[in-house]
Amino acid sequence: MALDEIKIGGLGASRRRVEDNRFIRGKGNYVDDVVLPGMLHMEILRSPLAHARIKSIDTSAAYAIPGVRMVMTGEMMAARNLAWMPTLSYDTQAVLATDKVRFQGQEVCAVIADDPYIARDGVEAIVVDYEPLPPIVNPTQAMADDAVLIRDDKVNQSNNVIFDWEVGDRESTDRAFAEADMVSEIDMHYPRSHPSPIEACGSIADYDRSTSKLTVYMTSQAPHIVRAAVSMVAEIHEHMIRIIAPDLGGGFGNKVPVYPGYVISILASILLEKPVKWIEDKTGNLISTGFGRDVYLKGKLALRKDGKILGVRMDTVSDHGAFFSDAQPSKFKIGLIHSAFACYDIPTAYLTNRGVYTNKAPGGVAYRCSFRVTEAMFFQERMVQAAADDLGMDQAEFRRVNLVKDDDFPKRTPFGFLTDSGQYEKCLQIGLDAIDYDNFKEQKAEAAKRGRLLGIGISTMTEPLGAGNSREYDILGIKMFDSAELRVHMTGKAILRTGAKTQGQGHETTWAQIVAHELGIPAEDIVVEEGDTDTAPFGMGTYASRSTPVAGAAVSMVSRKIRAKARKIAAHLLEVSDEDIEWELGRFYVRGAQDRGVTIQECAMAAYSNVPDGMEPGLENNAYYDPPNLTWPFACYISTVEVDPLTGVWDVIRMVAVDDCGVRINPMIVEGQIMGGLTEAYAMANMQFITFDEDGNCIGSNYMDYLLPTAWETPGFELHEVVTPCPHHPIGAKGIGECATVGGPAAFVNAVMDALKDIGVRNIDMPLLPDRVYEAIQTGQDVSGHPPVKNR
Amino acid sequence: MTSLFEELQPAAAAEVQTTRVDIKINGEYKAAQIEPRLLLAHLIRNGFRLTGTHTGCDTTNCGACTVLMDGAPVKSCTVFAVQANGHEVTTVEGLATASELHPIQEGFKDEHGLQCGFCTPGMMLSAKALLDENLNPTEDEVRWALSGNLCRCTGYQNIVKAVLWAAAKMRGDVPADEAATADDSPGGEA
Repeated sequence: MALDEIKIGGLGASRRRVEDNRFIRGKGNYVDDVVLPGMLHMEILRSPLAHARIKSIDTSAAYAIPGVRMVMTGEMMAARNLAWMPTLSYDTQAVLATDKVRFQGQEVCAVIADDPYIARDGVEAIVVDYEPLPPIVNPTQAMADDAVLIRDDKVNQSNNVIFDWEVGDRESTDRAFAEADMVSEIDMHYPRSHPSPIEACGSIADYDRSTSKLTVYMTSQAPHIVRAAVSMVAEIHEHMIRIIAPDLGGGFGNKVPVYPGYVISILASILLEKPVKWIEDKTGNLISTGFGRDVYLKGKLALRKDGKILGVRMDTVSDHGAFFSDAQPSKFKIGLIHSAFACYDIPTAYLTNRGVYTNKAPGGVAYRCSFRVTEAMFFQERMVQAAADDLGMDQAEFRRVNLVKDDDFPKRTPFGFLTDSGQYEKCLQIGLDAIDYDNFKEQKAEAAKRGRLLGIGISTMTEPLGAGNSREYDILGIKMFDSAELRVHMTGKAILRTGAKTQGQGHETTWAQIVAHELGIPAEDIVVEEGDTDTAPFGMGTYASRSTPVAGAAVSMVSRKIRAKARKIAAHLLEVSDEDIEWELGRFYVRGAQDRGVTIQECAMAAYSNVPDGMEPGLENNAYYDPPNLTWPFACYISTVEVDPLTGVWDVIRMVAVDDCGVRINPMIVEGQIMGGLTEAYAMANMQFITFDEDGNCIGSNYMDYLLPTAWETPGFELHEVVTPCPHHPIGAKGIGECATVGGPAAFVNAVMDALKDIGVRNIDMPLLPDRVYEAIQTGQDVSGHPPVKNR
Repeated sequence: MTSLFEELQPAAAAEVQTTRVDIKINGEYKAAQIEPRLLLAHLIRNGFRLTGTHTGCDTTNCGACTVLMDGAPVKSCTVFAVQANGHEVTTVEGLATASELHPIQEGFKDEHGLQCGFCTPGMMLSAKALLDENLNPTEDEVRWALSGNLCRCTGYQNIVKAVLWAAAKMRGDVPADEAATADDSPGGEA
């Protein structure tokens, strides 16, 4: 009898999470929980200035403190050719500053001491003499003719422009605009934000001279990439490096890059021959590590009177900070921003992007998004709403006119991606029905008569998740595939390892469900391990919603390889030929004689005790999966809000989310991902942003300034699902971890703009802080086109 | 014990003034000789090696370091260890007994109230402080009680459900959502 898939924790089971057993007991093992014998502690001295020349550094007072073992400076790093390191975007980044500091918070010195408190005392005792230089805090300043050169360390750099990039068809797009009945324009800024996992970054480097082996425990979403990077930077052979990413207290893209702190702790351990632990504090994390967004848009849509979009023009400028250290596929300078308008049927589009240096922290990371698709989809949905309003057309109807139809797949997007599946209008309709769209519009009109401002905002989008394929996607030349290795023991229990790295997504639970689905081995019989480069197969890690699309597919494929071998063993045990064997969940049987069969567990035992002649014993295998395409989940988010005209405060009345991420491995976990993403979307729309004053001081350097929503203000969410299986994924799944962060912000902002539409306000840049909304209400003008906090 | 309590001695003990603290932690009496500036979170984590108490923000905002002091939630990253002298401290390690999880722990697991797990110990202790006073909280009361604890993963909705689940169980009601599917842990342990 075939097994009941739900009962064995297979596909579709809302299986309770395995990893929770340790987390709820406080037995997680995060980097700061790891203690090695003789371990020393490291603290970093950071620059208080955004732009300054270093005249001198005096470390003598630090050395005088009992317990301080070493003070590391840029000079010391330079002597070992480690003052600079390569970034993931083919630029260089200072490890410890030698010549200048280029942003507030940049690493200047590091103190290694017996105790973290003493290390901090040492940091306080260092005296650095700076000669201040004019700070550049936005792209306008950066591109000014007389702008001071930030990257004077680079030989061929004569201004602050990093790159100019374009995509799409300029000529045909120009033609579309020339032929349009109407052009809708809107400019906006997606403010800088920080992923800000509650756990900051950290590492423990442990160099053992007797074995020449370097072991590093660290907060990494991509330990194998780090191993490659460390072998390049530190000139240690790759087989002598072991990176262990233990439990991660959240990542959201922040823990993809290689940060100076890791590198310094490694060199310190080599020099002192002791384990060196570096645990970043929250301020260090917020002011120096990978941020997200900070892109300006001039957007235009060419429109026909009946609502059809004829062409898209997007001119964007991105602020990368002092070093171009975006974590993204090499081929694309500004990530996958050109995935914009992928869900709409638009004949032509053209996008330009200019990237600039500023005196701000580096590291444009994919903050809970698939490489700049968050900006893409936010801009898209704001442009769509503005266009609908400009046409005087209902925003839902406008989308319906332009959405790609179910039978149009496969479909080229306006910028050339290939989407393959979806039921866009169905999702939209479910969302509209759920929120009772027509009724709300009536309510809104009624409320307006009494001076109340109600609004409804829609955001519909499909986004590209799960890089590669390897033809187009690589990081520093390493192709973006992923891997899984499965070992089935003789009793039918198993261990699975992948090249991904969970950080809250629940891989220990869901990967076992995929194996259970493929092999019929109960999920509880499968242990999942990730994050140790000495034991896990090579993979590109977890970010950009790529785990299920890529590593998850590898789990399926390796399970199928195991099943193929088990089938031969089954044939041997049942004394029939391979072709006469049928499979049902957990069991092979003889075609036409269903009661004659063997279980997968019996095959496992035979693999170690009774293999057919000529067959290798054992039941293990691995799979490297190179996806044929990205996966394209679709989402429709609809929010209703009420804006208080007297204060500018807005409240979410309802938030409806309709997600189609294909087949759901574990519906409970999928919903958890969606709700988490919606909360970050709400945060960005409402409060969460990083900005800088005119001196380059980071505003948002701690949780008192960098506001994150709590349980109190976070709205409730209503979730709905549609399932359109991914046509190329082995189990039909698509990425989901980031859809809500990507598509969510526009739903909230569109709702507030809908509320303010009748008083003439078309745009307020995020976050929609009460003072900015109030100003818009009072003046009837947009509050946009400049960074959200005005300089003093 | 880490360096602050042992390796400091020869180098700095003569100059650094230390003081004794006596704390009852998770029912067990403990004492340590510490620098007055040592924070409670660090004494718990590095001194007593109870690493379930996490430090997230160092500024009393995120609540990952929440412990109960005489039953009331405090953020141990901004409490000096000496302030806990003579007091009773409960950390996440004190929630379960050897054989049995606390209903709050069960609720967090059953309702998927955690993802990365980093905020979870603090969340659960804030929840315990609430439920110790009020076994019948409304959703708003739960949200308010947890508003000193930040979570970046879950969006709170399931955390709120988890606390309401635990409240029901502690009242002796059957928690609403008992739709658990397959057993879920290797070896069948709950």
